[in-house]
Amino acid sequence: MIGIDWYLALSAILFTIGIIGVLIRRNAIVIFMCVELMLNAVNLSLLTFSAYHGDISGQILVFFSLAVAAAEAVVGLAIIISIFRNNLSVDITKVNLLRW
Amino acid sequence: MDIYAFVLLAVLAIASALGMILNKNTINSALLLVVNMVSIAGIYLLLQAQFLALIQILVYAGAIMVLFLFVIMLLNVDEEQSLLDGFRVKYFLAFLLGVIIFGQILYSLGGVTDMLPEISPEMITVGTVEAVGDVLYTDFLYAFELTAILLTAAVVGALMIAQYKVKDSEGTE
Repeated sequence: MIGIDWYLALSAILFTIGIIGVLIRRNAIVIFMCVELMLNAVNLSLLTFSAYHGDISGQILVFFSLAVAAAEAVVGLAIIISIFRNNLSVDITKVNLLRW
Repeated sequence: MDIYAFVLLAVLAIASALGMILNKNTINSALLLVVNMVSIAGIYLLLQAQFLALIQILVYAGAIMVLFLFVIMLLNVDEEQSLLDGFRVKYFLAFLLGVIIFGQILYSLGGVTDMLPEISPEMITVGTVEAVGDVLYTDFLYAFELTAILLTAAVVGALMIAQYKVKDSEGTE
């Protein structure tokens, strides 16, 4: 049987890859996919703790997290479409309307 | 047997995640993220969470990633910036911050790793569709209904943000 720390280490690695992706990419869609990756990593650690405690509540939380992630994806992609319509690019360095 | 499946799925997940953030083509990134989602669903199966593994594939790898691919192809953003030009300092700082956060998580993990319990034997019955539905429709019923309201609000909001307002020549709506 695999120990719990392997699952948590995998979750930490995926979360870190997501953070680095958010920081180094400039394409808004890829940044958004990295956010999804980080959500997945957190879901994995929640599910690990749920499994190792034999408690169903963690799985329910992951279920709601999935629903919120779906809503977030819909709204975020709508915002990306809106940004693209305004300046014909999804490069976030070109979105500088509120930057001083 | 378990450990081989875990190592295979974990390597697949990490490799596809790395490929996702390093790939120049946005569509390739999205497809690699699908691979990542499916391998994470396999890890959910190893953790005896059958229902959530199914939902992961249906919702994430199915619905959300199809939405991503749809938007990518709609916007036609295949002219991608070359990843490693320009701000070297920025990339260095990004990797440094990532390593720091990873070290922090591993450090806090290492402090408790002896106290963590083993996988509990009743998990065979806990993760099934029957058990999840049983708890979801009794203890968490209000949260479940609120999720329905949230999804409705998200759809209406997305329509409001993304719809194309056609203006005629007088400039009125």
